[in-house]
Order: sequence, then structure tokens, then C-alpha cells
Amino acid sequence: MKKKFFLGLLVAVLVFGAGAFVGRSTQQDMVISSSTAGASYSGGFKSDAAAPADGAIRSVAGPTPTNVVVVKDGESIQAAIKAAPKGTVIRVMPGTYHETVYVDKDDIRIIGVIEEGRRAVLDGQKKLNDAILYSGNNFVAENLEIRNYKGNGIMGQAGNNFEIRNNVISESGVYGIFPQLGQNGIVEHNIVSGIADAAIYIGMSDNILVAYNDVFDSVAGIEIENSRHAIVEHNYVHNNSGGLLAFVTPGLPIKDTVDVIFRNNFVVGNNHKNFGAPGSTVAGIPAGTGILVMAADDVVIEGNVISDNKVSGIIITDHAHASNITTDPESDPNSDRVKILENVMLRNGYDTITEAKALLLSEGKVGAKNLDIARVGPSPGSCIINRHQYVTVGVSDFAQCEFTNTSTIANYLLPPVPPREIKPGERGRVVYLGICTGCHTYTGRMIGPPVQVIQALYLDNPQGLADFIAKPVKKRDDYPEMPPQDYLDPETRLAVAKYMLQVTN
Amino acid sequence: MIRALALLVAFTLTASATVPSPVPHDDFTLSTSCPPGFEKTAAGVCELRTLYQFYDSLEGRGLGGTRTALPPHRDGFTPGEIDLGRYLFFDPVLSGDGSLSCASCHDPAKGLSDGRARSLGFHGADAGRAAPTLWNVAFLKRFFWDARADSLEAQAKGPLYSRKEMGNTPVRLLASLNGNATYRRLFDEAFPAGRGTITENEVVTALTAFQTSLVSLNSRYDRYVHGYDAALTERETEGLNVFRSFVARCSECHTPPLFTNEQIAVIGMPEPAGFPFDIGAEASMGSPKLKGGFKVPTLRNIVRTAPYSHSGAFQDLRSAVDFYNKGRGNAVPKGMHLYLHWHISDPNLTDTEVDRIVDFLGALTDETFLPQTPARVPSGLALNK
Repeated sequence: MKKKFFLGLLVAVLVFGAGAFVGRSTQQDMVISSSTAGASYSGGFKSDAAAPADGAIRSVAGPTPTNVVVVKDGESIQAAIKAAPKGTVIRVMPGTYHETVYVDKDDIRIIGVIEEGRRAVLDGQKKLNDAILYSGNNFVAENLEIRNYKGNGIMGQAGNNFEIRNNVISESGVYGIFPQLGQNGIVEHNIVSGIADAAIYIGMSDNILVAYNDVFDSVAGIEIENSRHAIVEHNYVHNNSGGLLAFVTPGLPIKDTVDVIFRNNFVVGNNHKNFGAPGSTVAGIPAGTGILVMAADDVVIEGNVISDNKVSGIIITDHAHASNITTDPESDPNSDRVKILENVMLRNGYDTITEAKALLLSEGKVGAKNLDIARVGPSPGSCIINRHQYVTVGVSDFAQCEFTNTSTIANYLLPPVPPREIKPGERGRVVYLGICTGCHTYTGRMIGPPVQVIQALYLDNPQGLADFIAKPVKKRDDYPEMPPQDYLDPETRLAVAKYMLQVTN
Repeated sequence: MIRALALLVAFTLTASATVPSPVPHDDFTLSTSCPPGFEKTAAGVCELRTLYQFYDSLEGRGLGGTRTALPPHRDGFTPGEIDLGRYLFFDPVLSGDGSLSCASCHDPAKGLSDGRARSLGFHGADAGRAAPTLWNVAFLKRFFWDARADSLEAQAKGPLYSRKEMGNTPVRLLASLNGNATYRRLFDEAFPAGRGTITENEVVTALTAFQTSLVSLNSRYDRYVHGYDAALTERETEGLNVFRSFVARCSECHTPPLFTNEQIAVIGMPEPAGFPFDIGAEASMGSPKLKGGFKVPTLRNIVRTAPYSHSGAFQDLRSAVDFYNKGRGNAVPKGMHLYLHWHISDPNLTDTEVDRIVDFLGALTDETFLPQTPARVPSGLALNK
């Protein structure tokens, strides 16, 4: 697999060989920077919302709902969710639950109760696909144990303001925790292991905090892909094939990864044999990679302890050098503006791949026993501080960073967004235009009778009309029977009836 | 109240007198009302209204889960432009020999497609690929299976002037339209700023206007989305969960709410027996890594548009779904390397799970805004059957 990933690398050796020769003759003098002094990185995100007065945002899902439902061992979590109105805490007692749970409404919190170490366990028995699928906003999953699913542990599809914390997820398929196409979310204090792709995978999402997680024995530890404004901090990432990843994957509808901060993580001994599925992007990761940046822009690497990763502490590459990666004309293939600040690097690259050794040789680093940072492919605008501390290839043309830390950035989270208020009149208008007009026009005959005629019948009786559309009865021989519109809630039915009775064209 | 009563009486009378009476030949008029689903604004243009407008989406891209906003779309055409487009769409005068209309391959009775593996074009020519449905094209940014056009206007010129499709030329198209007094009058009405000679730009604008009215967002799935759980049967709900599971991964590319992410994907689908491999987007994008890549099609109204794939390799929906279950690269020609999409995997779904996906796809059907086929068209040519 690693051979595949670096197929293009040997070609690069010649180019770098020439470049390094020039590079050495112009090498900067040693510049020693302290991360506790100096300017701070300003970040790539400015929130419109006012920051809270009491420091960083630590919660994004809004106030806890007061409606609480308890699910006991032997009962169904899904049945409880199905019956629950939006705005419900589903409290799950210790026990074992064999089910796929899906949440398509807002403000649902699935909170496990831990009693003397016993958790609510969702067990897919290697038969069920995913443990939890959610698409509602303000979703929270806490204190659960998830194991033996084939697809994902917890997967989000477009829910915003999510919090996924304190869960233990093991042997659960392709991704342990995978929020996708969502904005404003926290993934913290989870223990995730034995995952065939990324243990924690942030896909096409914005404003994300991934913190205090323990991820291990997986192909990838934490992956930030086609996402913007993500902070990954205080995680313990060990014994994966690759530890922390910031990727642009081609062919996705959102085309870039911008503004990712990897800081204060332990990225240790990520040397696990790569067991990624053939064809998956991560199958190409050389086992032994601490941090891998591929085509992502403005990735800041700061304050991490990066040790014992046998291929390299950090690899920065582009799409062209990863031969199992397709192409996307709309994606920039390069890792632009990578910023490597102070990190503790120990014993990385002690058993690196042949191609990396060749690169070291090409820069005249004969006899190097370690490799901390390897860069192949263009990486314009990148910078580094204290470069003299590390064994590197391909970073001699990095500039000196103009800042030494990210301490002014608490995180990129947003205050909980209050639900959008839709007035009944507005809803009535849109339902009328978006649904009713399929069968009714103002004056003419369509599938149903003209609106003018309906107005004549129900002039002062919108409730009567609302009741009729919920349960229509056949009134006219020359028209088909109206299908019931009972899928609209009573309030919407009344709103649309009122709207229909006053339209004038 | 008296007005209302009078109306009621008038309605009862007209309703009983529905026998069509003979009409003079040039009685074509353009509608002054917007099509279903559209609101006529104060400016006199038609704007789409749907419950999806109450939702948001990440980066405004219109991709995600259930209550996710739609992508940006085309609307804002006048009722006249839309209705003129409708006449043009159904009128065989647009083809080189008056034998084919747009509706020949985008037939409202066949899911706005044609029920064929590959379309039949000019003088029975094999058009090479299947006719994609036109449902919800207002939301798309790229057109044709290989995404080679970036607007409906640019797309329209493809089949019009293709020798394998409608076999017309710009000169002949404009000559036949300008030689028709009814069309001259209707174009003047729809495009008052450009009175006089009919232009190609006006033709493709009207066709675009009409096609943007082909909206399907009121399926049972949509009712589920908007909050009515019982809209889907138990089997369909199971199917939805398999569809979006990370074992099947259907929704990774057929992403709600439109059930396409509009990307090019190299899937490695087979060609029908005896047909050469179609390189697809390799040609249109000039990129060998996209060999065999095609635009992800929408799945809305999918049960209406068999057979399936860019060249109709699958007769029914179940065999199309089952293709994905047969494993990564199961139909790639021997000796050919394709950069297969990473979501093409070996899902090993059970037969029941495949059935449930098919069940769910049936819940994506909604043809309530099906356009009216005109009884006659201004050219006087016979409508295709």
C-alpha cells in the first residue's frame, strides 16, 4: 500500500535533488523562536455572532429539553424516538440494545446512563449496518457504548449543532464517528478503536471541535476532510496506521479543506498495519504516519507530541503524488500555506519507506536515522518555526512563520442558533403554492376544482376546509377524489386553508 | 357572497359543458399564470415555492439529509416564456425533418425520459446514451451524462444540432420558426423587448424557462421529511436506512434532497452486450483519471425511467441496485484500469436489504406537476406518439 501511495515520489526525488542543492547554499541562519512569546495566528474564521463573555463556547446544541423519556434494557430506543416529539431527552439505561437508531427530527438527545461502569450498549452483532443515523439539528449522543456494527458507529447527515461525547466505540465498521454536511459540532471525550477507516471522520462540515478523544487501533485516527474551520486538540492518537489527517478528497461536492488547527495532541506510535478496504483513500496511507496533510490549505500544526511514528512525524503531500487518488478539476490539488509551529518530535521515521530515504539522500542527509517532516509536491506559502530541531525533507523553502502560536483562537464554534421562526401565514402560502397548485388553479379546471369555487364554498369557514383536506370525501362525479392531506399537521392545514380562501389570482 | 354564488353557478355550468368545440387554427395563446409550484411575483415572473425553502444547507450547497435546503436554482421566467417553451418542447418543427420533438425523448408519459436503453434519434439513429429525466433540472449546474454543458441553454443546442439526435441546423431552425406566423406572434408576446425576428437565444431561453418548471418535490419521501413519519411504509423506512447507511452508501452520491450530488463518479457500470466501453467524462473533462465517469443522476421519479444507466444496461431498478452489491469493479473490462470511486465497495447487502432499497426508491415518485401536453402545436405538425 505504501508503495502505491508514493508511486510518484521517485520522480520527485530528482527534482528535489536539484532544488536541495540550491537550497543549501541559501539556507537561512538558525532562527530560534519561543512559542510562549511572539505573535499569535489570527485564524481563518471570523464569526458574525458575538463571542460569549465567559470565554470559549463549550456547548452548541442549545438548552436541554425538559421532556425526558427513559428506555430500559429490553426496550427499543428507536420506538422511544419515534414516539417522542422534537425536543426530547431519550435516557437509555444500562443494557444491550441490538438496533439501528435513526433521528430525523430536531432536538433529540440520546443520553446513556452509566451505573457503576455499566453502560447502555448498542451491539450490531456484525449484522446491523449503522448504530446511529441522525439528520436532525441539535442532536446529542452521550455515554453510549457502540460495538460490532458494519457501517458506522454514529453518522450524521446534515444535522447542525451536534454534540457527540463520552462514547466508547469499538469494532464498528468504516467510521466510528462521522458527522457529514453539518455545521457547528463538538466531538469530545470519545474512545474509539478498531475502525477500518477513520475512527473520527469530519466530512464536508464547518466549525468543528474535536477534543479529548482517545483513538487507536484504526487505519486513520482523526480525519478532517473537505471541511473548514476545524480545531483538533488534546486528543490521544496512537497505534493507528495514520494519526491525524487533513485531506481534500477529489470528487466530493464541497471542494476544499481550509483552516484546520492540529494542536496539543499526542500523536504516538501510529504504526498499525493498514487494513483499509481496497480502493479506500486511507488504504494508501503508509503505516507509520503521524500527521498527513493532503491538498488541505491553512493547516496549523502546533504543540503536538509527535513520537515513534516509523515512516514520518508529518507528511505533506498533494493529489499528484498519491497514485490511488483520482482528480477533480474543481479542487486545488496542493497543500497551500501549511504552518508548522513548535512541536515535540521524537523517534519518528526510524523505519521509513524507501522513497523517503531517497529523498533524504537527495538533500544530502546521509545517514539520517529519523524523519520528522517530509514534504512532496507543491506547498506554496508554507512556513515553519525552529526548523533546525527536526529531520526534514522538502521544507527548506518554507518561510519563517510570522507567528508562533494560536493562543488567541479558543475554538471555531458558534453560539446555539435559535430555531428559525416560520409564521403560520408564510407556511400556508408556501404549502398552497408548493403543493395545492399541482391540482388547483384560480379559475380553470385542473385535476381539482378551481380555487374560486372552493372559496365560494368555504368563504367564512377555513376550519371546515382544513378538516376537509385532512379527510376528503368525493363530492363531484366529474373530478377524481382528492387524496388526503393528513401528512400536514393541523396548524399547517388551517394556515393553508386560510391562505387559499384569500388568494386573488 | 353574491359574487361567490354567481361564480358557483357559472362553474357548474362550465363544468357540465366540457365537450371540446372546433376551434380556428391560429388560436394559440400563452398562459398568463405561472405553472404549479410557482408564485407570480409583482414583477410578473414565476418563482418556485417549496417547503424546502424553510431549511438551510451547509455552504448553501443544497446537500445533506432530510430537512436540508435545495441547491440554488433557476427561476424568474415569465408565464409567457414558460408556456412558449412548452409549445416548442412538444413541436417536431425543432428537428431537421419535422419528425422529432424534445418530448420524443423526454416524454411526460415516461418520466420525462423515453423508456429506451439509448434514445432513438434522427432517422432512427442510436443516440448513444440514455435520455436523462428532466425532473428538477432547474437545480442542476451541469448537463449531459458527461457534464459537458454548464447551462440548460447550452445543453439545448446539443440535441437540436446533433446529427444523431434532432438533426437540425441553426439556420434551418430559425427559418422554420420565422416562417411561421403563429410563432412570430407568440415570440413577440413572450419576448417584447426583441420583437421581430425570432433568434436562437429566444428559442433556448424559452426551452429553458419551460424545463425549469418541471419540479418534483412532493413525493411521499418529502412528506416524511416535512414531519409526517407515516408517509413511508415500514419497508420503505427500512430501505431509507439501508440507502443512507455506510454499508450501502447510496446517499453519499445520491444525496438528498435532490438525490444527486451532481459530481462525476467512476462507477464501472457495464455496457449492454455488444457495445463498446463509453469513456464518458474522460473526453469531456480531458482527464484520463475520469475514464468511465458519468454525472450522478437524480433518483427522483426513478421508478418511472427504466431502463437504467447511461446506456441502459439494467432493465429494472433491482438489477441496477444489485450491480453495486456485486462488488467493486465487477463489470470493469478485463485489462482496463479505472479510478473507481472510493464509495464503490463490497457492501454484501442481503437480498432483503436490496429489496428494501428498491422499495424506498419507489417513495421518491411525484409527478403532480407534470406539464400539460398541448393538443396541437403551432407548426401544425403531428405530435409524436
